[in-house]
Amino acid sequence: MSNFAIETVGLTYNFGNQTVVKDLSLQVPQGSIYGFLGPNGAGKTTTIKILLNLLQSPADQVFIFGKEINSNRIASLKRMGALVEQPAIYTHLTGKENLINRCMLLGIKKTKAAEMLSLVGLTEAANKKAGKYSLGMKQRLGIALALISDPELLLLDEPTNGLDPNGIIEIRNLMIDLTTKHGKTILVSSHLLAEIERTATHVGIINKGALLFQGTISELQSLSKPLVKIETNNQAAAGNILATAGAEIVQQDENTVAVTFKGKEDMGNLNTLLVQNGITVYSISKERKDLENLFLDITSKN
Amino acid sequence: MRSLYISLTSEFYKSRKTLAFWAAIILPILICGLIMVGFYSGSEKILKANYPGLALWGQYSGAALGVMGMLILPFYVMFMAFSVNNIEHKNDTWKTLFAQPLNKFSIYAAKYLYAVMLLLICLVLFLLLTLASGYLLQVLVPKYTFNDYNPALLLTKFYSKLFLASLGILSVQFVLSLLWSDFLKPMGLGFVGTIAGIITANVGWKHAYLIPYSDPTLALRVTRVKGAALEDFPIFTQEIWVSLTYAAVLFVAGYFILSKKNIK
Repeated sequence: MSNFAIETVGLTYNFGNQTVVKDLSLQVPQGSIYGFLGPNGAGKTTTIKILLNLLQSPADQVFIFGKEINSNRIASLKRMGALVEQPAIYTHLTGKENLINRCMLLGIKKTKAAEMLSLVGLTEAANKKAGKYSLGMKQRLGIALALISDPELLLLDEPTNGLDPNGIIEIRNLMIDLTTKHGKTILVSSHLLAEIERTATHVGIINKGALLFQGTISELQSLSKPLVKIETNNQAAAGNILATAGAEIVQQDENTVAVTFKGKEDMGNLNTLLVQNGITVYSISKERKDLENLFLDITSKN
Repeated sequence: MRSLYISLTSEFYKSRKTLAFWAAIILPILICGLIMVGFYSGSEKILKANYPGLALWGQYSGAALGVMGMLILPFYVMFMAFSVNNIEHKNDTWKTLFAQPLNKFSIYAAKYLYAVMLLLICLVLFLLLTLASGYLLQVLVPKYTFNDYNPALLLTKFYSKLFLASLGILSVQFVLSLLWSDFLKPMGLGFVGTIAGIITANVGWKHAYLIPYSDPTLALRVTRVKGAALEDFPIFTQEIWVSLTYAAVLFVAGYFILSKKNIK
């Protein structure tokens, strides 16, 4: 059990009589970047709030580094840093003062504030009021606040929200750095798969409060079976020929027929078969469903 | 205890640039300063009345205490209780605050305690400035009789009563500001409460002391027991107990409101 930085066991959470999270069993391995994916309103933020004990979970359902959260609240929070929804910063204080205030709350050295500012590239804006920061700067300050205690586990709720492409790449590199060089564990939520498929080692997909998929990125990729897409001058006839030859037709429309990919040779055979039956083949290609579509598939099925 | 201390330091750090904090300092300076200027420039008229030391001090400190008890203090308390909570409402920082590895109750208690401390700072400054400016006036206008009587004990007792009697209002306003993030609801209710308090206290309704808003006014009414020294009035009178009870009950209630409120 202690191999997981976060483990939830059949976690269920209700707001009144509305179930927001149901039977959720997250397993976030230590040292991983865990992409927590789901459309808006799927229960991601609620789950993160539960992991921070902001919302009280039922006993023995949430474990942080193997310890039950409700009975180890302070000890667990000491090992976590978080950025939940919009970064929570005091707009009447400067960026630096925000960090110093956090240092006071955490009982750590105030020199850490300057260190964090340079890490997120806000040194020049250190003495500017945080209320006057741009959205991206606020987001970076939020990340600096989450990182300041040097926590083993980071919970980032849509951290690249409002960042420009450069900023997104910086955050991405920072996350990779933190896990590979410093051995941190990161749970990062997003509603865009494309955004985290490059960094995440593990993925959990949640929709309407239920976990639909959990595993490594490659496990997710293997879910999508490659297809052979064929374009011909006579789609109906091509479909019939392929079906009688025993190929598995996945989809068929006016322009293309798609069959399950079984191997390169099989693909060649299909081509020959069609040509021998007098059909002109315009194109034949192997296609892998991209993760984005897969994600849509998984979330819309439910 | 460590959590409480840490949270309290953070409260001071966070709000040292806000009006609520500075008002606690500026308000006494401003009001005492104005009264002093009035007593300095109008000294000839006041000297004609030939007040003995005690009466002169009474006139002098009463100018501040009178307005304070009825109007300025309740309004300052309302504004301050609002501001202390609004710093978290406005920035949506309640959740971050409670995600820190600190005891939840300490975080809340520190906020409440901070509001109480601001009130204390404000009233202590009033007391000290009244005394200091009185003696300064004596130097500036030697004909004054401020030196004939030492009002330190009397004023300390008055301001102590005022402080204790305001804790009820402070707690009501604190909880209201905790409940609602907007300015109008706690302010509106506080305004109505204050007016009701002034009216009930002044018409002498016998249950007026049950309204926390009338407690400061009532607390300043001291009936002198025959034969006893002037300073010999009790601090813990009926309205003080009412105020303290309100404070205690609402302090506990506030914590439950806050822990429920976070569920969102």
